[in-house]
Amino acid sequence: MKNDQTLGEILRDQGISRRGFLKFCAATASLLALPPGSVTAIAAALESARRPSVIWLSFQECTGCTESLTRSDAASIEDLIFNTISLDYHHTLQAASGTGAEDARQSAMKENWGKYLLVVDGSIPTGNPGFSTIAGISNVDMLMEVAAGAAAIVAVGSCASFGGIPHASPNPTGAVSVADLISDKPVINVPGCPPIPVVIAGVLTQFLTFGIPELDELHRPMAFYGKSIHDRCYRRPFYDKGLFAETFDDEGARKGWCLYKLGCKGPTTYNACATTKWNEGTSFPIQSGHPCLGCSQPDFWDAGGFYQALSIPTGDISRAAVYGAGAGIAAGALMGALNRGRKSHAVRVHKKVTIDDLEKEHEK
Amino acid sequence: MTETEFLLWARGPAFQGATVIFVLGVTFRLLEILLLGRKPNLAEPRGSAMLGGLRTIVTRSFPDAGTHKRSAFTHYMGYIFHIGFFITLLLYAPHILVIEKAFGVSWPALPTTVVDATAVITMIALIAVLLHRLKDPVLRFLSNFQDYFAWFLTILPLLTGYIAFHRVGLPPPALIAIHILSVELLMVVFPFTKLMHAFTLFMARWYNGAIAGYKGVNS
Repeated sequence: MKNDQTLGEILRDQGISRRGFLKFCAATASLLALPPGSVTAIAAALESARRPSVIWLSFQECTGCTESLTRSDAASIEDLIFNTISLDYHHTLQAASGTGAEDARQSAMKENWGKYLLVVDGSIPTGNPGFSTIAGISNVDMLMEVAAGAAAIVAVGSCASFGGIPHASPNPTGAVSVADLISDKPVINVPGCPPIPVVIAGVLTQFLTFGIPELDELHRPMAFYGKSIHDRCYRRPFYDKGLFAETFDDEGARKGWCLYKLGCKGPTTYNACATTKWNEGTSFPIQSGHPCLGCSQPDFWDAGGFYQALSIPTGDISRAAVYGAGAGIAAGALMGALNRGRKSHAVRVHKKVTIDDLEKEHEK
Repeated sequence: MTETEFLLWARGPAFQGATVIFVLGVTFRLLEILLLGRKPNLAEPRGSAMLGGLRTIVTRSFPDAGTHKRSAFTHYMGYIFHIGFFITLLLYAPHILVIEKAFGVSWPALPTTVVDATAVITMIALIAVLLHRLKDPVLRFLSNFQDYFAWFLTILPLLTGYIAFHRVGLPPPALIAIHILSVELLMVVFPFTKLMHAFTLFMARWYNGAIAGYKGVNS
C-alpha cells in the first residue's frame, strides 16, 4: 500500500463501492449527530484524505484497548479505514521486533514530522523510569520524543486518558495520563476500559474529516461523550418510576429494572455504550444485567466500590453516630452539672427581701 | 483533587465528621435542656399532666382557626415547605439508600418526576416566606442573622440537589459532592441554631400541655 494514496483510492482498491462508502459516511454523520448535508462533506474529506501515518505507543496497559479494536467482529468499513491508516508502529501488532521495530518508528517520525497521529494506550509511570521501558527507553522519554513531532495525540483507553488502573490508589509507579505530561499538543481522550471500537473509529474519522473534534472539559469528543449513560439508558424509565433491582436475582433484576441500587455509575458516566452498544450493537453491560462501572471516568477504580450506590456514605456512619452520641452525652452531662451548680449557687446566695427592706428603700 | 476524589471525600470523611458533630450537638442540646430539671410542683394536681401534654402535642400540630385567620400566608407556606422538604428528603430513592445505610430501614421511593416537582414547589415556598419576612415590617424587625442563615441552610440542599439531579454546569460527581456538602453544612450547624426545633418542638408542646393538664385545663 502506497503512502501517497488517498483514502478514497485505497477504499476503491479494496472493493468498497461508492454506495457503500456513502452509507458509511451517512452512518458516521448520524453517529456524530451531524445534519444530513454534512454527509457529502465527510465523503469529500475522507475521499481526499491522505493515508495518515499513525504511531501507536503502548505503555502501562493490559492490551485490552488493542484487543477491543482488533476483535471487532465482522470486517466493516471502520476496519478498512483502520487498515488504510499507515500504522507504522504498534509493538503488539507489528511483525518487526527489536532494532527493526524501533527503526520503523524513527523513520515514520522522520518522514511525517509534524503530521503523524500519535495514539497512546496505557499510563506513563513517573516514578522509577525502569518501571516500564520499551527497547530500553523509558515511557516518559519515548512519549516526549514522539509527541514532539505529532500533529495530535489520541489517548486511547482510561489509562492513557486519566491514568486508569495503574493510577489507582496507592499508585505505586506514579502513573499519570498523557494530558498530565503534554500541554503543547492537542490531546483527544478516548477513555473506556476498553473504549468502544466504533468510538475509536469514529474519533479517527472525525479527526480525518474535521480535524480536532469538539471536546468536553476532560478532552473527550462531545459526539461520543456528550451524554451520560443514565440519560441514554433504556432502563431510565424504571429509575424515574422508582423501580429498582435490589439484588442480582430478585424480581426487579428479572424484570430489567434500574440497577442504581446495585451501584450503577450511569448517572456520573459519560460514554456512548447505551447508544452504540458493543459487539455490533448487541448489548452493553447494563443490558446484560450489570451496573455500569463508570470506566470512562477518571479514578473509576477508586470511586467508592463498584457495587455501592453513588449516593451512600462510604464511611462507617453507625460508628460515627456512636462516637457523637458518647461525646454528646459526656458534654451534655458536664453542662447539666455546671448549670445545676450555678442554680444551687444562685439559691445559696439568694437574699430574701422583706417588706421592711422595701420600706427602708422607699424612705431613702 | 479530582472530581471523583472530591465526591469520595464528601461521601466519606466529611460525612462521618458531619455525623459526629450532628449527633454530638443534638445529644448535648437535649441533655442540657432535660438536665435543667424543674422544681417539684407542690400544688394539688387537678388533672393528668401526661395526658394534657400528649393532647397538646396533637392539637398544636394542626392549624387552629385563629392563627389561620391572622396569618394564612405563613400558615400555608410553612406547611408547604415543611411537607415538601420531608417528601424530597425521605422519598427520593438515592436518599432512602443513605437512610438504609445509616439505620438499616428502607421504604419505596416516589417517582423522580414527583420528587423533582416537589423540590421546585418547596423552593418556591421558601422564597415566598423569605420575601414575606423581608416585606413585613414586624417580621423584618424581629429577624436576626440566624433567621436568614437557617433559611439559607434549608434551601441550599434543595437547590444543589436540584442542580445535581439535572446535571447543570459542572461534572456530575462534583455536583453530587457539592450537594452532599450542603447537607453536611446543614447537619453541622443544625444543633446550634433554631433548626434544633425539629427535635425540641414535641418536647416543648408536651411541656406546655403538661403544665395546663396538671392544672386541669386545656392548653
